[in-house]
Amino acid sequence: MTPRRKRMLAVAAIVIGVGAATTVALQALNENLLYFYSPSQIMAGEAPGERSFRLGGLVTTGSVQRSPGSMEVRFTVTDHAQTIPVSYTGLLPDLFREGQGVVARGKLLDDGTFVAEEVLAKHDENYMPPEVAESLHQPPPAAGGAS
Amino acid sequence: MIPELGHFAVVLALLLAAAQGFFGIVGPQRGRVAWMNAAHSAAIGQWVFLSLAFGCLIYAFVQFDFSVRYVAGHSNSLLPTFYRVAASWGGHEGSLLFWALVLATWTAVLAAFSRAVPLAFKSRVIGVLGLVSIGFLTFMLFTSNPFARLVPAAVDGNDLNPLLQDPALAIHPPMLYVGYVGFAMAFAFACATLIEGRTDTLWAKWARPWTLVAWLFLGIGITLGSWWAYYELGWGGYWFWDPVENASFMPWLIGTALIHSLAVTEKRGLFKSWTLLLAISAFSLSLLGTFLVRSGVLVSVHAFATDPARGLYILAFLVAVIGGALALYTWRAPMMKSESGFELASREAFLLFNNALLVGATLLILLGTLYPLFLDALSLGKISVGPPYFNVAFMIPMVPLVLLMSIGMHSVWKRSRLGPVRNKLLVLLGVAVAAAVALMLFNYGEFHWMGLVGFTISIWLIASALVEPIAKWGQWRTLPAGFWGMVIAHLGVGMFTLGVTGVESYRIERDISMGVGETVTLQGYNFRFEGTRMVQGPNYEAIEADIAISREDGKVFTTLRPQKRFYASGGNPMTEAGIHVNYARDLFVALGEDLGQGRWSMRVQYKPLLRYIWLGALFMALGGLVAAADRRYRVRASAKDTVPAGAGEAAR
Repeated sequence: MTPRRKRMLAVAAIVIGVGAATTVALQALNENLLYFYSPSQIMAGEAPGERSFRLGGLVTTGSVQRSPGSMEVRFTVTDHAQTIPVSYTGLLPDLFREGQGVVARGKLLDDGTFVAEEVLAKHDENYMPPEVAESLHQPPPAAGGAS
Repeated sequence: MIPELGHFAVVLALLLAAAQGFFGIVGPQRGRVAWMNAAHSAAIGQWVFLSLAFGCLIYAFVQFDFSVRYVAGHSNSLLPTFYRVAASWGGHEGSLLFWALVLATWTAVLAAFSRAVPLAFKSRVIGVLGLVSIGFLTFMLFTSNPFARLVPAAVDGNDLNPLLQDPALAIHPPMLYVGYVGFAMAFAFACATLIEGRTDTLWAKWARPWTLVAWLFLGIGITLGSWWAYYELGWGGYWFWDPVENASFMPWLIGTALIHSLAVTEKRGLFKSWTLLLAISAFSLSLLGTFLVRSGVLVSVHAFATDPARGLYILAFLVAVIGGALALYTWRAPMMKSESGFELASREAFLLFNNALLVGATLLILLGTLYPLFLDALSLGKISVGPPYFNVAFMIPMVPLVLLMSIGMHSVWKRSRLGPVRNKLLVLLGVAVAAAVALMLFNYGEFHWMGLVGFTISIWLIASALVEPIAKWGQWRTLPAGFWGMVIAHLGVGMFTLGVTGVESYRIERDISMGVGETVTLQGYNFRFEGTRMVQGPNYEAIEADIAISREDGKVFTTLRPQKRFYASGGNPMTEAGIHVNYARDLFVALGEDLGQGRWSMRVQYKPLLRYIWLGALFMALGGLVAAADRRYRVRASAKDTVPAGAGEAAR
């Protein structure tokens, strides 16, 4: 092979490699995009049925239930307008508390229950996930707007 | 009185920074030595006043001065002294003062001790650093003054976030800041080169040790943060691809590309303008990281209290710094021509691949980090990008990078010639494949494609890094420190890859409900729940569980004691994990909550080879330290360096 030929081959190999890598990366990006919905948006039917997404809002005060000895916990998430029941099996984060902001990742079942695979609570006492804060402000809060 | 003194010291430091910026840049343009010396004195003066200011802040913390808003917000009367001192950089305002102090310290060290760099060039560097410092000091004075008073004074403070009350996290931010700010040095060297119009490559030699030190501190900072997250957050993960983690990781990746490309520029006079661009990018990404953390535009676990005015200011500062530097770059970079060529398998080519892959990795992470921001800004919905994307996207450039590293280390400048090493490497590759298969089948009992790739490339890299040291063992003293630094850092990459592969392929994670006396078995380890008790700490009380761990023989070799802590200052409970470590694996237990009927939720994990991730990262940093200590960086400036080629017409 002439050096020129060799160089052409090298360039072609690099172009193909970069192209393949970019395709794989963009596909991974597309598959791992998680949309965020508030309880009102879910009630309005905006959330997908099949795909995972993130649900955010406040944990309704007095809604956390657990059958003794079981890992499964049930609570509801509200944005002061609508409320969605959530079921989760696993360890809740330390900062999970009734009346506080929470973001859950999971899927919506046909019966309207959100099955969470992961529950995140705010990491700082004074901090609320911006999406939650914003979604709470969209419909004029009925419950005094203390948040 | 003391806080006002601190405030006043910051104002004086700002004035000195302005003097430093003016005299540092204009002095050399006009050829006035007195002005250049004035810039040096201003830099040292700035350091003195910022040290004084920071001392005042620490004093306010130690004296429980709750009439200072920042002190009241980040400490209380029960907080131990060590954490009160650490609290001075634990919040937004104080950490900014710390940033400014670190910047002034780097500058003062350059002004006072660097003999290798000629006066005119040095004062330009100091001038650029002065301008950067103005940006930070005005930001602090106008939006985030740590000395602002609270009227009326608080009776007691709020407490430092309990998550931050930990030795590793107390020193994690300073390490990160030293690294971030250190890239300001590389940035300033690049800008000074562009301003002066130097077409030679001496600047690369001068900038190398500074860049290495910045890079290694950033690496240590990131490692500490990862280690802390693992044992403190109670998830048992070491990396979350959280936007703020990415914000520190991206400058590190670009910094890694930069230290390699500086080597090519210095030794072979190639990649000149590319290296300048990398130096500008590393610092720009550091600033971008600051913007992302402080402005609250991203959802993140590292939430500083947010304030739109701050975000706006940092954005403006970011635009000014990046825009200014890039304008300078487009004006002067065409002067930087590289003449010589190189062959496809020469060291230059391997370092070019290194740069391309590292920059590619950075761009993919940047895409995942900023994409949600773009969509949100365009009102196309609120999204987040899940960690699986980052795992895939990061692996794509990293596998070839590690693979090429094994070969590239043995390549020579200019020509494609591996020589006798070639056969050795092929044999070692065979050994690595065999070792990887054996490790999977006999130790973990399960074959994994990613395990095969990961173990093979990491074992091959470790073996390849050791080839030359073993061959030249007798004469190790004659080899330069730079060589040893490279060997150590690349060994670190090998260990890191080994650790990541082990954890990602063979970890076992269970969230379960356990009653007293019950046992769960993971990979041959029996975890037996013995019961709980209350314990009392200095400023918290905790529920502690006993988990006895045994192997098949039933003999208990350790008892883990995970805790759930309740701090006296109130707020939420904190998880303190119980961890048993040896060379092969981590056993991790975190206590969840009381489920009733004497049962507790627990997180039980088996993490093979986890420690090699951090050990590898520390080796990389150590390699940087060894390389930075190379004797050739400490030579005095010779007369011929002092007059830069092409500076004459550029200055007029």
